[in-house]
Amino acid sequence: MVAVSLHRPVGSDHQLARLLQIGVVLEEVVEARAEKHAQMTDELDPAVSELLEHASAESADHRRELEALIATLEAETVPFDEIKRLVEAQYEADEEFDGILYDQLCNEETAYKFYDDLIGAIEASETEFSIDRERLLSTLERIREEEAEGAEDVTQLMESRE
Amino acid sequence: MHVNTANQYLKAIYLVQQQEDGPASTGDVADMLEVSPASANEMIGKLEDQGLLDHEKYKGVNLTDEGIHRAREALQNYCIIERFLAEVLEVEEFRSEAKQLEGVIDETVAERLDTIIDREPQCPDCFDAEDDVCALLELEAEASD
Repeated sequence: MVAVSLHRPVGSDHQLARLLQIGVVLEEVVEARAEKHAQMTDELDPAVSELLEHASAESADHRRELEALIATLEAETVPFDEIKRLVEAQYEADEEFDGILYDQLCNEETAYKFYDDLIGAIEASETEFSIDRERLLSTLERIREEEAEGAEDVTQLMESRE
Repeated sequence: MHVNTANQYLKAIYLVQQQEDGPASTGDVADMLEVSPASANEMIGKLEDQGLLDHEKYKGVNLTDEGIHRAREALQNYCIIERFLAEVLEVEEFRSEAKQLEGVIDETVAERLDTIIDREPQCPDCFDAEDDVCALLELEAEASD
């Protein structure tokens, strides 16, 4: 019988690169969904529209920062066009404003949770990565902070619409 | 950051119970997780306190409905990670890598990854307890060879 692995710290460059790749995909999903929502709805509330644009731009920034880290580890990422195609293929339409904001809130919260767990797993690890640990953690911590701010912005917008 | 340890136990107990078609012995659970029987016993006690399983001395443990629910979620989570690695990142060793990653990727993150993969509706019953992997994905992997 194959053993079920227990929760473990990040143990190698390879595993770290894989986790960062997943981060890139999550950002790409956010970017693609925000773009899609912005296009789909004709009369979008300017505040919602602005939020989506900001979210999309921020995700693109995060993606590039993660890609820069991954480049140091000599791993490849999935091209954005490919993720856009997948989001498109599996997309379930939800044109309600609240649906759009709720989706956006999920995006930000999920990203926050991902970076928070990743930072914890890196901190718990004694592995010497070929990337500078301080640079790695400070980048991820800043991105995590921006995700928290993003979730806060969506929550405020949702509350102001109630 | 050991939040997911409980889920790994629930998943292991669920699979052992499936194989045995009855209660799971602490020894089998410890073997599956590659931990000492003493650690398994301690964790099982904690899970019992949380109402996730019933422990009967000399017989073994039975998951409660809530325990089964959590175990199935953990299995589904694993299936999502496996399929995501295989379909999106095109990882050849998707199985061994999924096992390494399942402790770091929690349900909320897996749900997002799930939005871009093509998963079978019978999941997580697709899980092969003997091999500890998603059986459906294996068939597809063989078919594409």
